[in-house]
Amino acid sequence: MTEEIIIAGFGGQGVLSMGKILAYSAIMQNQEVSWMPSYGPEMRGGTANVTVILSDERISSPYLKIVDTAIILNQQSMDKFEESVKPGGILIYDPNGITAHPTRTDIKIYQIEGTKLASEMGNKKIFNMIILGGYLKVKPVVKLENVIEGLKKSISERYHNLIPLNVEAITMGMNNIVPYKVQEAIFQN
Amino acid sequence: MSELKLMKGNEALAEAAIRAGVDGYFGYPITPQTEIIEYLMTERPELRTGMVVLQAESEIAAINMVYGAASTGKKAMTSSSSPGISLKLEGISYLAGAELPAVIVNVVRGGPGLGTIQPSQADYFQSVKGGGHGDYKLYVLAPASVQEMADFVEDAFDIAFKYRAPVLILSDGLIGQMMEKVVLKPQKLRMTNEELIEKNGDWAVTGKKGRERNIITSLDLQSEKMEARVRRLMKKYEQMEKEDLRFEKINCDDAEYLIIAYGSSARISQKAVELGRAKGIKVGLLRPITLFPYPKKALFDLADQVKGILSVELNAGQMVEDVRLSVEFKVPVEHFGRTGGIIHTPEEILEALEQKIIKNGSIRHHKTRESSIL
Repeated sequence: MTEEIIIAGFGGQGVLSMGKILAYSAIMQNQEVSWMPSYGPEMRGGTANVTVILSDERISSPYLKIVDTAIILNQQSMDKFEESVKPGGILIYDPNGITAHPTRTDIKIYQIEGTKLASEMGNKKIFNMIILGGYLKVKPVVKLENVIEGLKKSISERYHNLIPLNVEAITMGMNNIVPYKVQEAIFQN
Repeated sequence: MSELKLMKGNEALAEAAIRAGVDGYFGYPITPQTEIIEYLMTERPELRTGMVVLQAESEIAAINMVYGAASTGKKAMTSSSSPGISLKLEGISYLAGAELPAVIVNVVRGGPGLGTIQPSQADYFQSVKGGGHGDYKLYVLAPASVQEMADFVEDAFDIAFKYRAPVLILSDGLIGQMMEKVVLKPQKLRMTNEELIEKNGDWAVTGKKGRERNIITSLDLQSEKMEARVRRLMKKYEQMEKEDLRFEKINCDDAEYLIIAYGSSARISQKAVELGRAKGIKVGLLRPITLFPYPKKALFDLADQVKGILSVELNAGQMVEDVRLSVEFKVPVEHFGRTGGIIHTPEEILEALEQKIIKNGSIRHHKTRESSIL
Protein backbone atom coordinates (compact mmCIF):
# COMPACT_ATOMS: atom_id res chain seq x y z
CA MET A 1 0.00 0.00 0.00
CA THR A 2 1.19 3.48 -0.88
CA GLU A 3 -0.68 6.68 -0.07
CA GLU A 4 0.49 9.99 -1.52
CA ILE A 5 -1.00 13.12 0.04
CA ILE A 6 -0.66 16.85 -0.45
CA ILE A 7 -1.87 19.02 2.42
CA ALA A 8 -2.08 22.69 1.47
CA GLY A 9 -3.35 25.82 3.16
CA PHE A 10 -2.23 28.99 4.94
CA GLY A 11 0.90 29.11 7.06
CA GLY A 12 -0.32 28.83 10.67
CA GLN A 13 -3.18 26.41 9.97
CA GLY A 14 -1.06 23.51 11.15
CA VAL A 15 -0.52 22.06 7.69
CA LEU A 16 3.07 20.97 8.31
CA SER A 17 2.40 19.57 11.78
CA MET A 18 -0.62 17.64 10.54
CA GLY A 19 1.67 16.04 7.96
CA LYS A 20 4.21 15.31 10.64
CA ILE A 21 1.67 13.61 12.91
CA LEU A 22 0.45 11.54 9.97
CA ALA A 23 4.06 10.56 9.17
CA TYR A 24 4.75 9.60 12.79
CA SER A 25 1.52 7.56 12.90
CA ALA A 26 2.68 5.58 9.85
CA ILE A 27 6.07 4.95 11.45
CA MET A 28 4.20 3.49 14.42
CA GLN A 29 2.82 0.85 12.07
CA ASN A 30 6.25 0.18 10.55
CA GLN A 31 5.69 1.98 7.25
CA GLU A 32 8.14 4.01 5.20
CA VAL A 33 7.38 7.74 5.19
CA SER A 34 8.53 10.94 3.57
CA TRP A 35 7.51 14.50 4.50
CA MET A 36 8.49 17.17 2.02
CA PRO A 37 7.50 20.73 2.89
CA SER A 38 7.37 23.76 0.68
CA TYR A 39 9.65 26.10 2.52
CA GLY A 40 10.61 29.63 1.80
CA PRO A 41 9.36 33.18 1.92
CA GLU A 42 5.83 32.14 0.99
CA MET A 43 5.43 30.43 4.37
CA ARG A 44 4.90 33.64 6.32
CA GLY A 45 1.19 34.39 5.98
CA GLY A 46 1.14 32.90 2.50
CA THR A 47 0.47 29.36 1.45
CA ALA A 48 2.16 26.36 3.00
CA ASN A 49 2.03 22.85 1.70
CA VAL A 50 3.54 19.50 2.47
CA THR A 51 3.73 16.27 0.49
CA VAL A 52 3.47 13.18 2.69
CA ILE A 53 3.97 9.66 1.39
CA LEU A 54 3.20 6.54 3.41
CA SER A 55 4.24 3.22 1.95
CA ASP A 56 4.99 -0.41 2.68
CA GLU A 57 7.93 -0.14 0.27
CA ARG A 58 10.96 2.11 -0.11
CA ILE A 59 9.79 5.54 -1.31
CA SER A 60 11.41 6.89 -4.47
CA SER A 61 10.47 10.52 -5.13
CA PRO A 62 9.39 12.55 -2.09
CA TYR A 63 8.25 15.27 -4.50
CA LEU A 64 5.19 14.62 -6.65
CA LYS A 65 2.97 16.30 -9.19
CA ILE A 66 0.10 13.82 -9.02
CA VAL A 67 -1.20 12.43 -5.71
CA ASP A 68 -3.85 10.08 -4.34
CA THR A 69 -5.31 12.64 -1.96
CA ALA A 70 -5.27 16.41 -1.71
CA ILE A 71 -6.36 18.13 1.50
CA ILE A 72 -7.07 21.74 0.58
CA LEU A 73 -7.55 24.47 3.15
CA ASN A 74 -7.62 27.74 1.21
CA GLN A 75 -8.56 29.12 -2.20
CA GLN A 76 -4.98 29.56 -3.47
CA SER A 77 -4.31 25.90 -2.76
CA MET A 78 -7.56 24.89 -4.46
CA ASP A 79 -6.47 26.78 -7.59
CA LYS A 80 -3.09 25.08 -7.50
CA PHE A 81 -3.77 21.53 -6.35
CA GLU A 82 -7.25 20.49 -7.55
CA GLU A 83 -5.61 19.26 -10.75
CA SER A 84 -2.96 17.31 -8.78
CA VAL A 85 -5.40 14.59 -7.72
CA LYS A 86 -5.13 11.46 -9.84
CA PRO A 87 -8.36 10.29 -11.50
CA GLY A 88 -10.32 8.28 -8.94
CA GLY A 89 -8.44 10.04 -6.15
CA ILE A 90 -9.78 12.08 -3.26
CA LEU A 91 -10.04 15.80 -2.62
CA ILE A 92 -10.97 16.99 0.88
CA TYR A 93 -11.56 20.66 1.56
CA ASP A 94 -12.82 23.11 4.12
CA PRO A 95 -15.42 25.35 2.43
CA ASN A 96 -14.52 28.25 4.73
CA GLY A 97 -13.13 31.02 2.51
CA ILE A 98 -13.58 29.01 -0.67
CA THR A 99 -15.20 31.04 -3.44
CA ALA A 100 -14.51 28.75 -6.39
CA HIS A 101 -15.50 25.22 -5.38
CA PRO A 102 -13.89 22.19 -7.03
CA THR A 103 -15.35 21.20 -10.38
CA ARG A 104 -13.78 17.85 -11.22
CA THR A 105 -16.12 14.93 -11.72
CA ASP A 106 -13.47 12.20 -12.07
CA ILE A 107 -12.49 12.30 -8.38
CA LYS A 108 -14.26 11.90 -5.04
CA ILE A 109 -14.74 15.21 -3.24
CA TYR A 110 -15.51 15.68 0.45
CA GLN A 111 -16.24 18.75 2.54
CA ILE A 112 -15.40 19.26 6.17
CA GLU A 113 -16.27 22.40 8.10
CA GLY A 114 -13.00 22.40 10.04
CA THR A 115 -12.84 26.12 10.76
CA LYS A 116 -16.43 26.23 11.99
CA LEU A 117 -16.07 23.10 14.14
CA ALA A 118 -12.82 24.33 15.69
CA SER A 119 -14.41 27.62 16.70
CA GLU A 120 -17.44 25.74 18.08
CA MET A 121 -15.04 23.63 20.14
CA GLY A 122 -13.47 26.88 21.35
CA ASN A 123 -9.92 26.10 20.17
CA LYS A 124 -8.61 27.16 16.78
CA LYS A 125 -5.41 25.17 17.26
CA ILE A 126 -7.19 21.82 16.92
CA PHE A 127 -8.37 22.74 13.41
CA ASN A 128 -5.77 20.54 11.77
CA MET A 129 -6.72 17.54 13.92
CA ILE A 130 -10.37 17.90 12.88
CA ILE A 131 -9.26 17.84 9.25
CA LEU A 132 -7.00 14.84 9.97
CA GLY A 133 -9.99 13.04 11.52
CA GLY A 134 -12.07 13.71 8.43
CA TYR A 135 -9.31 12.37 6.20
CA LEU A 136 -8.90 9.23 8.31
CA LYS A 137 -12.63 8.56 8.11
CA VAL A 138 -12.47 8.61 4.30
CA LYS A 139 -9.06 6.92 4.06
CA PRO A 140 -8.20 4.92 7.18
CA VAL A 141 -4.51 4.63 6.25
CA VAL A 142 -3.41 4.71 9.88
CA LYS A 143 -5.16 3.31 12.94
CA LEU A 144 -6.36 5.74 15.62
CA GLU A 145 -4.16 4.06 18.25
CA ASN A 146 -1.14 4.71 16.04
CA VAL A 147 -2.18 8.35 15.61
CA ILE A 148 -2.19 8.65 19.40
CA GLU A 149 1.29 7.10 19.53
CA GLY A 150 2.33 9.43 16.71
CA LEU A 151 1.01 12.44 18.63
CA LYS A 152 3.05 11.39 21.66
CA LYS A 153 6.17 11.29 19.50
CA SER A 154 5.63 14.49 17.57
CA ILE A 155 4.56 16.87 20.34
CA SER A 156 6.75 17.65 23.30
CA GLU A 157 6.02 15.88 26.57
CA ARG A 158 4.79 18.95 28.42
CA TYR A 159 1.84 19.13 26.03
CA HIS A 160 0.89 15.46 26.37
CA ASN A 161 -2.05 16.51 28.58
CA LEU A 162 -3.59 17.91 25.36
CA ILE A 163 -3.69 14.51 23.64
CA PRO A 164 -7.29 13.73 24.74
CA LEU A 165 -8.39 17.08 23.25
CA ASN A 166 -6.65 16.16 19.99
CA VAL A 167 -8.37 12.77 19.96
CA GLU A 168 -11.69 14.51 20.55
CA ALA A 169 -10.97 16.78 17.57
CA ILE A 170 -10.07 13.80 15.37
CA THR A 171 -13.35 12.09 16.36
CA MET A 172 -15.22 15.34 15.63
CA GLY A 173 -13.67 15.37 12.17
CA MET A 174 -14.53 11.72 11.55
CA ASN A 175 -18.18 12.40 12.35
CA ASN A 176 -18.50 15.51 10.24
CA ILE A 177 -17.00 14.84 6.84
CA VAL A 178 -19.57 14.80 4.03
CA PRO A 179 -19.42 13.96 0.32
CA TYR A 180 -19.66 16.93 -2.02
CA LYS A 181 -21.32 16.59 -5.40
CA VAL A 182 -20.14 18.92 -8.15
CA GLN A 183 -23.36 18.50 -10.13
CA GLU A 184 -25.62 19.72 -7.29
CA ALA A 185 -23.54 22.82 -6.82
CA ILE A 186 -24.06 23.80 -10.44
CA PHE A 187 -27.84 23.48 -10.02
CA GLN A 188 -27.72 25.60 -6.88
CA ASN A 189 -25.98 28.36 -8.73
CA MET B 1 21.96 1.78 21.00
CA SER B 2 20.69 2.63 17.52
CA GLU B 3 17.45 4.59 17.43
CA LEU B 4 14.65 5.08 14.88
CA LYS B 5 13.53 8.69 14.44
CA LEU B 6 11.63 10.96 12.05
CA MET B 7 13.99 13.82 11.24
CA LYS B 8 14.82 16.46 8.69
CA GLY B 9 17.96 15.78 6.66
CA ASN B 10 19.74 18.71 8.26
CA GLU B 11 18.83 17.58 11.78
CA ALA B 12 19.87 13.99 11.07
CA LEU B 13 23.26 15.19 9.84
CA ALA B 14 23.74 17.31 12.96
CA GLU B 15 22.77 14.50 15.32
CA ALA B 16 25.01 12.08 13.41
CA ALA B 17 27.92 14.51 13.84
CA ILE B 18 27.48 14.44 17.61
CA ARG B 19 27.20 10.65 17.62
CA ALA B 20 30.25 10.22 15.37
CA GLY B 21 32.36 11.89 18.05
CA VAL B 22 33.13 15.03 16.02
CA ASP B 23 35.30 17.45 18.02
CA GLY B 24 34.22 20.77 16.57
CA TYR B 25 31.57 22.38 14.39
CA PHE B 26 32.06 25.94 13.19
CA GLY B 27 29.31 27.54 11.14
CA TYR B 28 27.28 30.52 10.15
CA PRO B 29 23.52 30.41 9.46
CA ILE B 30 22.08 30.44 5.94
CA THR B 31 18.88 28.94 4.50
CA PRO B 32 18.32 26.07 3.72
CA GLN B 33 20.93 24.57 6.09
CA THR B 34 20.33 26.61 9.26
CA GLU B 35 18.72 23.62 11.03
CA ILE B 36 22.21 22.11 11.32
CA ILE B 37 23.63 24.83 13.58
CA GLU B 38 20.22 25.35 15.20
CA TYR B 39 20.02 21.67 16.15
CA LEU B 40 23.60 21.59 17.42
CA MET B 41 23.04 24.70 19.55
CA THR B 42 19.80 23.26 21.01
CA GLU B 43 21.26 19.81 21.68
CA ARG B 44 24.24 21.28 23.54
CA PRO B 45 26.70 18.51 22.57
CA GLU B 46 29.33 20.11 24.82
CA LEU B 47 27.41 18.46 27.65
CA ARG B 48 27.12 15.12 25.85
CA THR B 49 30.60 14.62 24.38
CA GLY B 50 32.50 17.85 24.87
CA MET B 51 32.03 18.73 21.19
CA VAL B 52 32.57 22.42 20.45
CA VAL B 53 29.78 24.16 18.53
CA LEU B 54 30.52 27.71 17.57
CA GLN B 55 28.72 30.30 15.49
CA ALA B 56 31.50 32.24 13.83
CA GLU B 57 31.26 35.89 12.78
CA SER B 58 31.28 34.89 9.11
CA GLU B 59 31.66 31.93 6.76
CA ILE B 60 35.29 32.85 6.19
CA ALA B 61 35.99 32.81 9.91
CA ALA B 62 34.22 29.46 10.23
CA ILE B 63 36.30 27.69 7.56
CA ASN B 64 39.51 29.07 9.08
CA MET B 65 38.43 27.80 12.49
CA VAL B 66 38.05 24.41 10.81
CA TYR B 67 41.59 24.79 9.44
CA GLY B 68 42.89 25.53 12.93
CA ALA B 69 41.04 22.69 14.61
CA ALA B 70 41.97 20.22 11.86
CA SER B 71 45.64 21.19 12.24
CA THR B 72 45.54 19.75 15.74
CA GLY B 73 44.38 16.39 14.36
CA LYS B 74 40.81 16.83 15.58
CA LYS B 75 37.62 16.02 13.70
CA ALA B 76 36.39 19.43 12.55
CA MET B 77 33.49 20.36 10.28
CA THR B 78 31.47 23.23 8.89
CA SER B 79 28.31 23.60 6.85
CA SER B 80 26.72 26.26 4.70
CA SER B 81 24.69 26.78 1.55
CA SER B 82 25.88 27.90 -1.87
CA PRO B 83 26.76 31.62 -1.39
CA GLY B 84 28.38 30.72 1.94
CA ILE B 85 30.40 27.92 0.33
CA SER B 86 31.70 30.40 -2.26
CA LEU B 87 33.07 32.42 0.66
CA LYS B 88 34.68 29.31 2.18
CA LEU B 89 36.47 28.26 -1.01
CA GLU B 90 39.74 30.02 -0.22
CA GLY B 91 39.87 28.15 3.07
CA ILE B 92 38.93 24.88 1.38
CA SER B 93 41.84 25.26 -1.07
CA TYR B 94 44.15 25.88 1.92
CA LEU B 95 42.81 22.75 3.65
CA ALA B 96 43.54 20.71 0.52
CA GLY B 97 46.98 22.30 0.13
CA ALA B 98 47.92 21.77 3.76
CA GLU B 99 46.61 18.18 3.53
CA LEU B 100 44.16 18.53 6.37
CA PRO B 101 41.21 16.23 7.05
CA ALA B 102 37.93 18.13 7.39
CA VAL B 103 34.28 17.79 6.44
CA ILE B 104 32.36 20.54 4.65
CA VAL B 105 28.61 20.32 4.07
CA ASN B 106 26.88 22.23 1.27
CA VAL B 107 23.06 22.23 1.36
CA VAL B 108 22.74 23.74 -2.10
CA ARG B 109 20.28 26.49 -3.03
CA GLY B 110 19.65 28.12 -6.40
CA GLY B 111 22.17 30.56 -7.81
CA PRO B 112 24.12 32.40 -9.07
CA GLY B 113 24.47 35.25 -6.60
CA LEU B 114 22.09 35.24 -3.65
CA GLY B 115 19.78 33.35 -6.01
CA THR B 116 16.95 31.63 -4.19
CA ILE B 117 16.53 29.62 -1.01
CA GLN B 118 14.90 26.70 -2.84
CA PRO B 119 16.67 23.44 -3.76
CA SER B 120 19.23 23.31 -6.58
CA GLN B 121 22.19 21.27 -7.81
CA ALA B 122 23.92 24.17 -9.53
CA ASP B 123 27.08 23.80 -7.43
CA TYR B 124 28.23 20.64 -9.22
CA PHE B 125 31.04 22.42 -11.08
CA GLN B 126 32.08 24.24 -7.92
CA SER B 127 32.22 20.95 -6.02
CA VAL B 128 34.03 18.68 -8.46
CA LYS B 129 36.06 21.05 -10.65
CA GLY B 130 38.03 22.74 -7.94
CA GLY B 131 35.97 25.76 -6.94
CA GLY B 132 38.90 27.18 -5.05
CA HIS B 133 42.29 27.85 -6.63
CA GLY B 134 45.04 25.38 -7.43
CA ASP B 135 45.40 21.73 -8.36
CA TYR B 136 43.15 20.03 -5.87
CA LYS B 137 40.00 17.95 -5.72
CA LEU B 138 37.47 17.25 -3.04
CA TYR B 139 36.10 13.79 -2.30
CA VAL B 140 32.40 14.54 -2.85
CA LEU B 141 29.56 12.51 -1.31
CA ALA B 142 26.02 13.16 -2.57
CA PRO B 143 23.35 11.92 -0.12
CA ALA B 144 19.91 11.09 -1.56
CA SER B 145 18.01 10.42 1.67
CA VAL B 146 17.80 11.54 5.27
CA GLN B 147 19.45 8.25 6.25
CA GLU B 148 22.42 9.08 4.04
CA MET B 149 22.63 12.60 5.49
CA ALA B 150 23.25 10.84 8.80
CA ASP B 151 25.46 7.98 7.57
CA PHE B 152 27.71 10.11 5.36
CA VAL B 153 29.07 12.17 8.27
CA GLU B 154 31.07 9.26 9.61
CA ASP B 155 31.93 8.03 6.10
CA ALA B 156 33.20 11.51 5.24
CA PHE B 157 35.47 11.67 8.29
CA ASP B 158 36.82 8.18 7.55
CA ILE B 159 37.83 9.29 4.05
CA ALA B 160 39.12 12.67 5.28
CA PHE B 161 41.49 10.97 7.73
CA LYS B 162 42.40 8.10 5.39
CA TYR B 163 43.73 10.61 2.84
CA ARG B 164 44.33 13.67 5.01
CA ALA B 165 42.09 15.64 2.67
CA PRO B 166 38.92 17.73 2.89
CA VAL B 167 35.66 15.94 2.05
CA LEU B 168 32.49 17.61 0.82
CA ILE B 169 28.97 16.39 1.54
CA LEU B 170 26.94 17.85 -1.33
CA SER B 171 23.29 17.92 -0.35
CA ASP B 172 20.52 20.31 -1.34
CA GLY B 173 17.47 22.08 0.06
CA LEU B 174 15.21 19.14 -0.72
CA ILE B 175 17.21 16.49 1.15
CA GLY B 176 18.04 18.97 3.92
CA GLN B 177 14.45 20.04 4.57
CA MET B 178 12.52 16.80 4.07
CA MET B 179 11.75 14.35 6.88
CA GLU B 180 12.18 10.61 6.65
CA LYS B 181 12.77 7.70 8.98
CA VAL B 182 16.36 7.51 10.09
CA VAL B 183 18.23 4.94 12.15
CA LEU B 184 20.86 6.70 14.23
CA LYS B 185 24.03 4.94 15.24
CA PRO B 186 25.02 4.62 18.89
CA GLN B 187 26.96 7.47 20.49
CA LYS B 188 30.73 7.28 20.06
CA LEU B 189 33.16 8.96 22.39
CA ARG B 190 35.42 11.66 21.02
CA MET B 191 38.97 10.35 20.56
CA THR B 192 41.78 11.45 22.83
CA ASN B 193 45.00 12.94 21.37
CA GLU B 194 46.75 9.60 21.98
CA GLU B 195 44.02 7.66 20.20
CA LEU B 196 44.08 10.10 17.28
CA ILE B 197 47.86 9.69 16.88
CA GLU B 198 47.57 5.92 17.21
CA LYS B 199 44.90 5.78 14.51
CA ASN B 200 45.90 8.57 12.12
CA GLY B 201 49.65 9.00 12.61
CA ASP B 202 51.66 11.70 14.32
CA TRP B 203 51.37 14.60 11.87
CA ALA B 204 49.23 17.11 13.76
CA VAL B 205 50.34 20.08 15.82
CA THR B 206 49.72 18.85 19.34
CA GLY B 207 52.74 20.29 21.20
CA LYS B 208 56.18 18.97 20.16
CA LYS B 209 57.40 17.60 23.50
CA GLY B 210 59.79 14.71 22.78
CA ARG B 211 59.57 14.79 18.99
CA GLU B 212 60.46 16.88 15.92
CA ARG B 213 58.01 19.70 15.33
CA ASN B 214 55.15 19.11 12.90
CA ILE B 215 54.42 21.91 10.47
CA ILE B 216 51.03 22.44 8.85
CA THR B 217 51.16 24.79 5.88
CA SER B 218 50.03 25.02 2.28
CA LEU B 219 53.01 27.23 1.39
CA ASP B 220 56.10 25.87 -0.37
CA LEU B 221 58.21 28.56 -2.04
CA GLN B 222 60.63 25.97 -3.45
CA SER B 223 59.12 24.90 -6.74
CA GLU B 224 60.45 21.33 -6.57
CA LYS B 225 58.92 20.85 -3.14
CA MET B 226 55.63 22.37 -4.25
CA GLU B 227 55.54 20.14 -7.30
CA ALA B 228 56.19 17.12 -5.10
CA ARG B 229 53.27 18.20 -2.92
CA VAL B 230 50.97 18.51 -5.95
CA ARG B 231 52.09 15.05 -7.15
CA ARG B 232 51.33 13.67 -3.69
CA LEU B 233 47.83 15.15 -3.89
CA MET B 234 47.28 13.65 -7.35
CA LYS B 235 48.34 10.22 -6.02
CA LYS B 236 45.70 10.52 -3.32
CA TYR B 237 43.03 11.32 -5.91
CA GLU B 238 44.12 8.34 -8.01
CA GLN B 239 43.86 6.13 -4.97
CA MET B 240 40.39 7.52 -4.20
CA GLU B 241 39.32 6.56 -7.73
CA LYS B 242 40.61 3.03 -7.23
CA GLU B 243 39.43 2.37 -3.69
CA ASP B 244 36.60 4.68 -2.73
CA LEU B 245 34.33 5.16 -5.74
CA ARG B 246 30.66 4.68 -4.85
CA PHE B 247 27.59 4.40 -7.08
CA GLU B 248 24.27 2.58 -7.26
CA LYS B 249 22.59 0.93 -10.25
CA ILE B 250 18.80 0.65 -10.26
CA ASN B 251 16.95 -1.38 -12.94
CA CYS B 252 20.03 -1.32 -15.20
CA ASP B 253 20.31 -5.03 -16.05
CA ASP B 254 17.94 -4.98 -19.04
CA ALA B 255 17.93 -1.20 -19.58
CA GLU B 256 17.71 0.18 -23.13
CA TYR B 257 17.78 3.75 -21.87
CA LEU B 258 19.61 5.24 -18.93
CA ILE B 259 18.93 8.14 -16.58
CA ILE B 260 21.89 9.36 -14.56
CA ALA B 261 21.19 11.54 -11.54
CA TYR B 262 22.53 12.16 -8.04
CA GLY B 263 21.06 13.37 -4.74
CA SER B 264 17.48 14.66 -4.81
CA SER B 265 17.33 14.32 -8.62
CA ALA B 266 18.13 10.62 -8.26
CA ARG B 267 15.15 10.15 -5.95
CA ILE B 268 12.79 11.93 -8.34
CA SER B 269 14.31 10.11 -11.34
CA GLN B 270 13.72 6.77 -9.64
CA LYS B 271 10.01 7.54 -9.69
CA ALA B 272 10.37 8.48 -13.38
CA VAL B 273 11.95 5.04 -13.93
CA GLU B 274 8.97 3.42 -12.17
CA LEU B 275 6.53 5.38 -14.37
CA GLY B 276 8.55 4.52 -17.49
CA ARG B 277 8.70 0.82 -16.66
CA ALA B 278 4.90 0.86 -16.11
CA LYS B 279 4.61 2.19 -19.70
CA GLY B 280 6.89 -0.57 -20.99
CA ILE B 281 10.01 1.58 -21.43
CA LYS B 282 13.12 -0.30 -20.36
CA VAL B 283 14.85 2.48 -18.45
CA GLY B 284 17.41 2.23 -15.67
CA LEU B 285 19.01 4.66 -13.24
CA LEU B 286 22.66 5.14 -12.43
CA ARG B 287 23.16 7.11 -9.22
CA PRO B 288 26.66 8.36 -8.52
CA ILE B 289 27.04 8.42 -4.73
CA THR B 290 30.48 10.01 -5.03
CA LEU B 291 30.76 12.80 -7.62
CA PHE B 292 34.51 12.68 -7.30
CA PRO B 293 35.55 9.94 -7.84
CA TYR B 294 33.06 9.64 -10.70
CA PRO B 295 31.67 6.30 -12.02
CA LYS B 296 33.35 6.73 -15.44
CA LYS B 297 33.91 3.04 -16.10
CA ALA B 298 30.35 2.04 -15.16
CA LEU B 299 29.04 4.68 -17.56
CA PHE B 300 31.47 3.68 -20.31
CA ASP B 301 30.31 0.06 -20.02
CA LEU B 302 26.61 0.94 -19.85
CA ALA B 303 27.04 2.98 -23.05
CA ASP B 304 27.56 -0.33 -24.90
CA GLN B 305 24.21 -1.54 -23.64
CA VAL B 306 21.86 1.48 -23.81
CA LYS B 307 20.66 3.57 -26.75
CA GLY B 308 20.88 6.92 -25.00
CA ILE B 309 21.49 8.64 -21.67
CA LEU B 310 19.62 11.48 -19.97
CA SER B 311 21.47 13.41 -17.29
CA VAL B 312 18.91 14.80 -14.84
CA GLU B 313 20.17 17.63 -12.64
CA LEU B 314 18.61 20.63 -10.87
CA ASN B 315 20.77 22.98 -12.94
CA ALA B 316 21.29 24.21 -16.49
CA GLY B 317 23.58 21.32 -17.46
CA GLN B 318 26.78 20.62 -15.49
CA MET B 319 27.26 16.92 -14.73
CA VAL B 320 26.18 16.15 -18.31
CA GLU B 321 29.71 17.19 -19.40
CA ASP B 322 31.26 14.44 -17.25
CA VAL B 323 28.72 11.94 -18.62
CA ARG B 324 29.75 12.80 -22.20
CA LEU B 325 33.44 12.53 -21.31
CA SER B 326 32.82 9.16 -19.64
CA VAL B 327 30.92 7.56 -22.53
CA GLU B 328 33.26 9.04 -25.13
CA PHE B 329 30.36 9.86 -27.46
CA LYS B 330 29.38 6.20 -27.90
CA VAL B 331 25.70 7.12 -27.41
CA PRO B 332 23.66 10.35 -27.41
CA VAL B 333 23.73 12.13 -24.05
CA GLU B 334 21.24 14.88 -23.23
CA HIS B 335 20.57 17.02 -20.20
CA PHE B 336 17.28 17.76 -18.47
CA GLY B 337 16.85 19.98 -15.48
CA ARG B 338 14.97 22.85 -13.89
CA THR B 339 16.62 25.84 -12.28
CA GLY B 340 15.81 28.75 -10.01
CA GLY B 341 14.60 26.52 -7.20
CA ILE B 342 11.94 24.73 -9.26
CA ILE B 343 12.02 20.97 -8.74
CA HIS B 344 11.39 18.73 -11.72
CA THR B 345 8.52 16.26 -11.35
CA PRO B 346 8.86 12.55 -12.20
CA GLU B 347 6.40 13.09 -15.09
CA GLU B 348 8.56 15.88 -16.56
CA ILE B 349 11.66 13.68 -16.39
CA LEU B 350 9.94 10.80 -18.17
CA GLU B 351 8.65 13.18 -20.83
CA ALA B 352 12.17 14.58 -21.33
CA LEU B 353 13.51 11.04 -21.72
CA GLU B 354 10.87 10.27 -24.34
CA GLN B 355 11.37 13.56 -26.24
CA LYS B 356 15.13 14.02 -26.03
CA ILE B 357 16.40 10.45 -26.05
CA ILE B 358 13.85 7.89 -27.22
CA LYS B 359 12.32 9.98 -30.03
CA ASN B 360 15.56 11.61 -31.26
CA GLY B 361 17.94 8.91 -30.21
CA SER B 362 18.18 6.86 -33.39
CA ILE B 363 18.55 9.92 -35.65
CA ARG B 364 21.30 11.50 -33.58
CA HIS B 365 23.10 8.21 -33.22
CA HIS B 366 23.07 7.83 -36.98
CA LYS B 367 24.51 11.34 -37.41
CA THR B 368 27.34 10.61 -35.01
CA ARG B 369 28.26 7.50 -36.96
CA GLU B 370 28.16 9.39 -40.26
CA SER B 371 30.49 12.07 -39.00
CA SER B 372 32.88 9.49 -37.62
CA ILE B 373 33.12 7.96 -41.12
CA LEU B 374 34.03 11.36 -42.57
